[in-house]
Amino acid sequence: MQLEELYQTIILEHYKEPHNFGEIKNPDIEERGYNESCGDDVKVFVKLINENKIDSINFIGKGCAISQASTSMLTDVLKGKSIEEAIDFIENFKSMMKGEKDFISENDFEELSAMKGVLQFPVRVKCATLAWNTLKNGLIKYQNKQ
Amino acid sequence: MLNIEKIKSDFPILKRKVNGEKPLIYLDSAATTQKPLQVIDAISNYYKNSNANVHRGVYSIGHESTEMYENARKKVAKFINAKSENSIVFTRNATESINLIAKTYAKKFLKANDEILVSQMEHHSNLIPWQIIAEESGAKLKFIPLIENGILDLTQLEKLISQKTKIISLVHVSNTLGTINPIEKIISLAHSFNAKILIDASQSVPHMEIDVEKLDCDFLVFSGHKMLAPTGIGVLYGKENLLEELPPFLSGGEMISEVHLETANYRQTPWKFEAGTPNVSGTIALSTAIDYLLSLGMGNIHKHEIELTQYAIYELNKIPEIKIFGPTENRGNVVSFNFENIHPHDISTILDNDGICIRAGHNCTQPIIRWLNVSAVARVSFYIYNTKEDIDIFISSLKKVKKIFYAT
Ligand SMILES: Cc1ncc(COP(=O)(O)O)c(C=O)c1O
Repeated sequence: MQLEELYQTIILEHYKEPHNFGEIKNPDIEERGYNESCGDDVKVFVKLINENKIDSINFIGKGCAISQASTSMLTDVLKGKSIEEAIDFIENFKSMMKGEKDFISENDFEELSAMKGVLQFPVRVKCATLAWNTLKNGLIKYQNKQ
Repeated sequence: MLNIEKIKSDFPILKRKVNGEKPLIYLDSAATTQKPLQVIDAISNYYKNSNANVHRGVYSIGHESTEMYENARKKVAKFINAKSENSIVFTRNATESINLIAKTYAKKFLKANDEILVSQMEHHSNLIPWQIIAEESGAKLKFIPLIENGILDLTQLEKLISQKTKIISLVHVSNTLGTINPIEKIISLAHSFNAKILIDASQSVPHMEIDVEKLDCDFLVFSGHKMLAPTGIGVLYGKENLLEELPPFLSGGEMISEVHLETANYRQTPWKFEAGTPNVSGTIALSTAIDYLLSLGMGNIHKHEIELTQYAIYELNKIPEIKIFGPTENRGNVVSFNFENIHPHDISTILDNDGICIRAGHNCTQPIIRWLNVSAVARVSFYIYNTKEDIDIFISSLKKVKKIFYAT
């Protein structure tokens, strides 16, 4: 197992200075995720344009470097996508984190591909996917409400 | 003095390598301990030579297996100095033992507006059963708060306890803070209010001499797997006359004497509480584990662990970014800590890469974690097979954590 592949500079940078950290007022979507086995706790907030396009995503919560970095990257990469596109993207990322799909390292996935190192640490995959699952729940709930 | 090299050689798992060629450094004995060959052999010998259901067969191996099972009960009784082996009920684990008392005691004695007292430092196992029973019976659940570095607020306890208090359920040694609670004092306080008291001795029975007669506690629980025995075998000690008063817990075969279609009589304590075929091999292995511990001497074990704990605290204190939780003195063999700006999971992963097993998370004590105002802690805990060298390796690996996280 390679620690350097897990704790890549890009991951540590996101951990130390997470993007879009902090609550936002009157979000269209607010969802909390909790990993009961380790206590990681995340809350994501989404603002939409025209009830569909993601204007911004923010988050608060505490967690390990992997979960914080992964959440921080999420808030960057899903901005500007429609709800359907975002759900699709989340599914794609989750498949990669399960090892069902190869990691892509182009375009939107460029930074995220740093998460590939997590695959070698199966107990940590949950850390990397917590916010993604949480956001997906939030998006689906929103869709169902519409 | 313990001969650690000799002890280590009894534990096959400590010979294995992990993550390449790293020797296994096991610092999570508070979660579960490793098992010596003697215990592993006891299980295998039982199945090879004596396997038969207990309290049933009149043939010779049935008799033999029953003898072994009941002798284990005597062994446990003697180990904690219970007056009679009838005070020893075998369960699956400490959690089940607590549930047994919560469900049977509550059913029989608790009424609306009675009070149950637990502390803010309980393992979830000694909290959730009482939450449920409080809800079912209408009794109130109250909490002894923590002060300073994680000791019980005894002044508050004296205000909380009253004639309404029917049962106190309290951890002896905290699995997160390491605090050793002054249970002697609290037991006599409970009795002065005619309250019963249960002691969760999961983290003390494996590590120090426990004398239930001297303590005079009403109930005491622990798990075999935290004291060299396999998983799936636990103990409930109860004063015999109290156990006799309680209704059965689970019901079915084994716990009955005379059965008619509509009614049945129950057997006496402890069998009344042991419905169905018990964990016979586990019970016998627990007996072997006790022999193993006694051959080392509980006093020696305790002394060894205090030495290791003090050494670990001393070494951890040299790293300025580390904060240690729990009291500074009078503490058991667990040390919880945090590394500034580094999450315990990341510490654990990096240490694991060096073959070191530590606990990271809430340790099944979320109320303590909340009280500490952190999101999780890292924890090391020691047992008879650990050495100062293990701690040295642990500390040097911690320095690696620092390098990875603070370098960029
Ligand atoms: C203080 C304490 N109480 C209860 C338990 C529960 O033990 P078990 O899971 O074996 O029932 C533990 C184990 O982690 C513990 O440390």
